[in-house]
Amino acid sequence: MNEHGILRVVSKLLIPFIAIFAFYVQFHGDYGPGGGFQAGVILAASVILYALIFGLEAAKSAVPPSWVRFGMAMGVFLYGGTGVATWLLGGEFLNYSVFTPDHPSHGQHYGILLVELGVLLAVASVMLAIFYAFGSRPVNHPGED
Amino acid sequence: MTDLFSSFNYGVIIILMMLGLYVVFAARNLIKRLVGLSVFQTSVFLFYISLGKVSGGQPPILVDSRGLEKTDHAASPIVQVAASDDIAAIHSLHHVEAVLYSNPLPHVLILTAIVVGVATLAIGLALTVRIREVYGSIEEDVIDRLDYQYNLEGAGE
Amino acid sequence: MDILSLLPPWLLTHGVALLVVLPLLAGAAMAVIPRERIAWTITFMVMLICMLCALTLALQVIDQGRLSYKMGGWEPPYGIEYVVDALSAPVLLLISAMAVICLFYASPSVKAEVEPKKRAAFYGAFLICAAGLLGMVVTGDAFNVFVFLEVSSISTYVLVAMGHSRDRRALRAAYDYLILGSIGATFFVIGIGFLYMETGTLNMADMSNILDGLDGGSRVAQVGFAFIVIGLGLKLAMFPLHMWLPGAYAHAPSFVTIFLASTATKAALYLLLRFAFTIFDLSFDYVVTILSQFVLVLAVVGMVFASIQAIFQTDVRRVLAFSSIAQVGYILLGLSFLTLSGLTASYVHLINHAFIKGGLFLAVGAMWYRFGITRVADFRGLSKTMPWTMSAFTISGLSLIGVPLTAGFVSKLQLATAAWERGYGWAVGVILFSSILALVYIGRILRVAYFETPPQINGVEVLKNEAPLIMLIPMWILAILSIVIGINAGWVVDAAGRAAELLIPTQMIGRGL
Repeated sequence: MNEHGILRVVSKLLIPFIAIFAFYVQFHGDYGPGGGFQAGVILAASVILYALIFGLEAAKSAVPPSWVRFGMAMGVFLYGGTGVATWLLGGEFLNYSVFTPDHPSHGQHYGILLVELGVLLAVASVMLAIFYAFGSRPVNHPGED
Repeated sequence: MTDLFSSFNYGVIIILMMLGLYVVFAARNLIKRLVGLSVFQTSVFLFYISLGKVSGGQPPILVDSRGLEKTDHAASPIVQVAASDDIAAIHSLHHVEAVLYSNPLPHVLILTAIVVGVATLAIGLALTVRIREVYGSIEEDVIDRLDYQYNLEGAGE
Repeated sequence: MDILSLLPPWLLTHGVALLVVLPLLAGAAMAVIPRERIAWTITFMVMLICMLCALTLALQVIDQGRLSYKMGGWEPPYGIEYVVDALSAPVLLLISAMAVICLFYASPSVKAEVEPKKRAAFYGAFLICAAGLLGMVVTGDAFNVFVFLEVSSISTYVLVAMGHSRDRRALRAAYDYLILGSIGATFFVIGIGFLYMETGTLNMADMSNILDGLDGGSRVAQVGFAFIVIGLGLKLAMFPLHMWLPGAYAHAPSFVTIFLASTATKAALYLLLRFAFTIFDLSFDYVVTILSQFVLVLAVVGMVFASIQAIFQTDVRRVLAFSSIAQVGYILLGLSFLTLSGLTASYVHLINHAFIKGGLFLAVGAMWYRFGITRVADFRGLSKTMPWTMSAFTISGLSLIGVPLTAGFVSKLQLATAAWERGYGWAVGVILFSSILALVYIGRILRVAYFETPPQINGVEVLKNEAPLIMLIPMWILAILSIVIGINAGWVVDAAGRAAELLIPTQMIGRGL
């Protein structure tokens, strides 16, 4: 239980910062390099690191697979929902300018924030889903080695 | 000689591309073939990044935060088009000092291609895991032999 | 048009985007829907709406010509533009209609062939695949084409692999398809990269204008064209690049084979037409050379060689898969004539072949559903045990051979006429020869089904065991459609003619002859 003590302590210290860095990349993506894709991968990486050090079951109890499934669908829906909202407001699909008709560039800001949030959710969930899918296969090696 | 150096990245890309393709076709191990495929795809990512490079161009990041609203519009012609409602307002903007940027579009494109590559690799690996579970091997020669036997036995079914 | 005025104006303006967005969102929703029944219902409703949407778009295109939709409100050369015109509207309608027809058939077929836990996900993957195919056809942005190409391909790999509970070779087939499909898509994206390097734009219409200004001299664009033809050649199973196709068609679940055979290669063929004739055009010497020599030779070799291979297959699905490669040869042959009549014939065959091959695979899927058979030898006496299914198979099969009064005859006659006009008398001979080969491989199956007695199990002859009605309806729709086109092909030929006129503008007629 106490093997890899250094790894355990260091990762416990690091994981919150990795997650916070993911959100920095996400929200600073509005002004500098960053955005949902990168942030999603970093966020998923924090959970994957946790799973590597503390075991898959611990990670699954922290972030249950059902959340991950929900997150995948929710991310796409946030993205698509933004588009549908712009439709309902009378614009083209994903034309964010219609959110604030009297000041289109503000609408663009709100729109891209929502969309990037959807991307973050979808990418992080998909990364975790892939990791869980590979990680939770029963280990049975028929045949050689 | 300078020509050679100025386009050495294309040389690297071609070498990577050929290596990747060669591995895909020459290897008989399912994982190795996927590795080859990834190398091949990565060479294309590099190719796109090379396309975006403008010589002497800066990274396409907005540095000047003063009057963000104004520079915002002036720096990217695309925003002008989107916000066509206030196109008149943009025309009345003052001239802003031009900065030479590298083209960010290929970077964005390749971000998409990277995601596609990750998805392809994930599916390829998932298939390999399943093949390993069903056939007990990831060597194509073994799988081919098993399939051949299966075909012969299938005749009796 | 009267019908158009009855439809809500919202659909008329936003239908182009709805066609892609709706299946994509519904596909994502399948990740959280556990029940197969609900999943099927949603899938069916979504594809039905898509079909109506495609129908509306087709009517609008006849009425108004080219439709353009600005994604996100960005003006075309900068933003992504979705375009529907006479070339893409019939393909959109074909894809969405085939999806609806296949879905009737899906509920019993998927129950029999896919594990219960994976059925909702199966429909999700199918929706995403359909969205990708529709997106490939509808988008007017070159890089967006690549994205949708990969969206549809990746979901197709999943769909093919789902056949593993029926046949474990599906896994290997999906893997091979994944490797070759990814190489194809990567070649395509390299080609797009070269075009972007040369023109600085990704919008197809803009690209075409800029390339015209280059006066045919650009080597970069030339290399780009070569990469695009090879990449799409892999996707559409052009003869030597077809290695993925027989495995994928033979081992995927029936439902997937039907949908793939009738739509996936067709969408890739559409892209080849789009790139070769509208983005590039016949004013470039290298385009003329590649199409009229390189593609011509491959098409002819493919028609003959794949048909011969089809004769020696023991599995009916492999017979039909090799026949598909030969039929792609026919379509490419018409394309390589570079004449209006050749392209019209090509386009007619593209549509007809989707119906014919769809009908054949539907019938074969029903036979597997009832008796678990796919081998030619096991077809003994099927005309007695499954009379309705076998007669639908026969009609579609005769249509594939090109018997008069069927759709296949119409397209082969068009193709032969076009070859004759072009001065390629020998091509008429090749078409005839390939049709005789088709007679042999289809005839072989029909002989076993009609002239041999049903097999005996424990001394008792197998009883009549017809496919369920819900499976018979779609295959008869396609069989009857095949005859209807055979008797009155006017509407298909008109649609194809409009598409061909778009591909070869008047000033280009006669170029490269």
